[in-house]
Amino acid sequence: MIRLERRSGVSLAFRVAVPCAAFVVALLVIAILLVASGSNPVSTYQSMVSAAFTSSGGFSATLVNATPLVLTGLCATVAFRLEIYNIGGEGQLYMGAMGATAAGLALGHMPGFVIILGMVLAGAAAGAAWALIPALLRAYLGTNEIMTSLMLNYVAGLFITYLIFDSASYWRNLSSAAGKVYPTGKTIPLAGSWPNLGVSGVNIPLGFIIGVGLALCSSWVLRRTTLGYRIRVAAGSHAAARYGGIRLSRLIVIVMVVSGLLAGLAGASEVGGVAHLLDPTGLQQAQYGYAGIVVAALAGFEPVGVIVSGLLLGAIASAGTQLAGIAFPVGLVGTMEGIVLFAVVSTAIFVNYRVRWTTKSTSAPAGAPSAEEVGPPPTAPSNTVTVPVLNREI
Amino acid sequence: MQQAGLLYVDGADTRVWDRATKHSGMEHPWADEVTEKATAAPEQLGVLTPPQWLSRPLRYRQASPLWSDLLPLATVHPKTGGCSCMTEAAEGGGLEQQADAVLTNEKTVISAIGITKTFPGVVANDQVTLRVRRGEVHALLGENGSGKSTLCKILTGLYRPDAGILAVDGRPVAFHSPRHAYDYGVFMVQQHFSLVERLTVAENVVLGMAHAGFRRRGRAARNEAIAAAGKLLHLEVDPSRYIWQLSVGERQRVEILKALYRGARILILDEPTTVLTPQECDQLFVTLRALASRGTAIIFISHKLREVLSVSDRVTVLRKGATVATLDVREQNLSPQHLAYLMVGRDVVLSTRADSASRRTGSPVLSVESVTSENEYGRDVVKDVSFTVGSGEIVGLAGVAGNGQRELAEIITGLRGRTAGLVRVGDRVLKSASPGDAIRAGVAYVPEDRFGTGLVPDLTVADNLILKQFQNREFSRWTVINAEAVASWSDRCITDFDIRGTRRTAVRQLSGGNAQKVLLARELSSGPRALVVASPTRGLDVAATDAVRKLLIKATGAGVGILLISEDLDEVLELADRVLVMFRGAVMGTVDRREADRETIGLMMAGTARDR
Repeated sequence: MIRLERRSGVSLAFRVAVPCAAFVVALLVIAILLVASGSNPVSTYQSMVSAAFTSSGGFSATLVNATPLVLTGLCATVAFRLEIYNIGGEGQLYMGAMGATAAGLALGHMPGFVIILGMVLAGAAAGAAWALIPALLRAYLGTNEIMTSLMLNYVAGLFITYLIFDSASYWRNLSSAAGKVYPTGKTIPLAGSWPNLGVSGVNIPLGFIIGVGLALCSSWVLRRTTLGYRIRVAAGSHAAARYGGIRLSRLIVIVMVVSGLLAGLAGASEVGGVAHLLDPTGLQQAQYGYAGIVVAALAGFEPVGVIVSGLLLGAIASAGTQLAGIAFPVGLVGTMEGIVLFAVVSTAIFVNYRVRWTTKSTSAPAGAPSAEEVGPPPTAPSNTVTVPVLNREI
Repeated sequence: MQQAGLLYVDGADTRVWDRATKHSGMEHPWADEVTEKATAAPEQLGVLTPPQWLSRPLRYRQASPLWSDLLPLATVHPKTGGCSCMTEAAEGGGLEQQADAVLTNEKTVISAIGITKTFPGVVANDQVTLRVRRGEVHALLGENGSGKSTLCKILTGLYRPDAGILAVDGRPVAFHSPRHAYDYGVFMVQQHFSLVERLTVAENVVLGMAHAGFRRRGRAARNEAIAAAGKLLHLEVDPSRYIWQLSVGERQRVEILKALYRGARILILDEPTTVLTPQECDQLFVTLRALASRGTAIIFISHKLREVLSVSDRVTVLRKGATVATLDVREQNLSPQHLAYLMVGRDVVLSTRADSASRRTGSPVLSVESVTSENEYGRDVVKDVSFTVGSGEIVGLAGVAGNGQRELAEIITGLRGRTAGLVRVGDRVLKSASPGDAIRAGVAYVPEDRFGTGLVPDLTVADNLILKQFQNREFSRWTVINAEAVASWSDRCITDFDIRGTRRTAVRQLSGGNAQKVLLARELSSGPRALVVASPTRGLDVAATDAVRKLLIKATGAGVGILLISEDLDEVLELADRVLVMFRGAVMGTVDRREADRETIGLMMAGTARDR
């Protein structure tokens, strides 16, 4: 019989070691799948590592893939830490992309850094504004933010589709004949494309640098500031937060707005670094907003961990796109992500709990006597009676 | 021979099994081992125990002061070496005969022998022995955490013991579920009733029974049967009324009736009096006596000595998971002091208000003026309440739980809005529903819900200590928390208030007493003008209770005005200078401590306003 016991002190090393071990287990499970699908797991893993990290341009591609994941991962982390479930990262990302594109187009004649700064600010502001809707509903009317933020994703998705496909909007390219027949977005001038920082052959996108910076920043805010303290108290107990004079409604609004701001930045970086125009189909297919929740869960809702898990999922995605077709079934990328996530998230319980195997008693109780029966007592009380209950806390 | 009070010591008389099986004609499950042991030399014997028990070393508790008192009376069994202490009846025969008497005695209906139950890190029950006779009210007395509720959960099949035997009618049983215990007639009435409010009394009584008869046709007959049973058992309630229409005392009667109607022979009541007024308690005791005289065995769990002495026949005292003694209440002229001594292991003298020398009430620090508030459903929960608390004064707020005391505390501390009236601290009128404003005005609050409202269990001691002051310049500047200032200040609190733990310990890991000290440390060190405390000692052991009481008394010395809300009338009477009594949201009157008697206060708790 299995019992779970609460561990008392958990070291940082242990908290890192458990998900790492889970990752290794996930790799083993995936290896079985690879063998079953007829490929050699060792060589597949080798080619994946080379495609995602060591080949020329491989790591750069991974970073490009990881950029929106880190930002949406932070979006989910910040909100989930307060136990506010912002599922609306997706929609906030669309709105961020829309805002950033508008700014890029409007400031097209300005110098490059002004355009980029404008895009960053507009993207963040648009994402934040979109998050403000479920935030206010939750904070002041008690509406379930999971439902509202989720529904607003569809609204945002349809809205940007409308902007490009069904209207003569500011974002749509109507200058060419082809643009009238095949709807596309207006391209932002070259000066507005986000720069990469080249470090020994690897191009680090500006969006990724912003993401890492914000991850470190939010980690610091959570641990060291009064805002972070408020979040920790409120997450621990809403009643205690109210009792301590913390205004929960305001806190919820602040956190949701910051969360939306991060998702909006993810949208802006997609426009500025990759697409250079508003591309509703591409954004909606990528589903970075939902993937961000996965990234955050993998990181155990630690902002710094989000960098690692974002890179990991980014690597799997970029290796998948490059390997697809050769010895690599297309659907395997999603399966791998799923298995890794399942392994890491399901083992998270071992960080705080220790498993104890209790030995089964040799003379198992053969059933208790009924009231009418007179006879030898069939159950010898054994010195270890296993309890099929998780003794989580006494 | 008279059945005198027996003191069972550890697992010493586990050879009872030998007797039990002899008399019931059953094969002894360990017959071979027992015989083998019995032929061995006495000094090798130790105690005759089933082999499973021997697999863990039998421990004899070291002689504690209590033990040395009783040792002259103890007899060491010649054959087993087990020690059984007997009182007056010792001359009536040897231990063998005594054990025979206990077991052949038709009266013993349920016994738990040598019960041990461990949880990770805690031994909740350590070879506990309890025997309950037919037709007796048997009190189970112990402090919080002494293992009373664990034992009861074992008796009702919620837990299985790690070692030890349960027997009903001298036959061993192994309950695997509460339902199984119920088949044997063992029932427990929980502190929180398990009644369906939307059903009638009769429907609740039969709910879950075979042929419950919810159909219209049998209803009248069923109601009649239940009414008749109620009359017979001194548990009169109208079977056709709905539960939500009943008072707490009546609901408890339904709960007991429900158990008896289903054939309960052994009734376990878990702290049944906490929700009752003194008068309702008396009525409950009458019922219990009547039931006992009809042959029901009643196990009465309590930590209130007065009640134990007034209602029970025998009392088993538990301390730190072990049985200390089983005593006959009537024959031994037990005093509350003696019981307290057994329960705690040392003499208990709790600090009371009378101990503190200075008693001068200053200007009012907290005044509540015609405050009214309604709940979520628009019903008034606090009605036109007015009172003042002077500087250095303790005002007690008594009442049966759920009569608006908690809501009143929440209004004063800004956690709940008020629909009318004013709350003043000094000259400052508090904003309605603003906890921050109350904190800034100097209202400290120790809520009833320690873990959850008063403290954040997952955060560290240091984080909890700064909950109300983290925005002060001392601890944070420009929103950045000054970790060093927090650390040194919390270390100071930990030493000043004698908190067992470090500042990095999660509050969840602290004991109730230490957690309460963290709470009080935070509330008192902010220099409050008024302090609202709700049930500050609930669930604490005696040492912690005394520490909390001392802190409260000390705070009055510094001029803090305290509003003490408690359902424990004794505590209110021992600490408060004046006592307010609340009933259904209104204050029924004020009683000065010097002229307070339980009778008047009890009547006020039941809704009789005091003539002023």
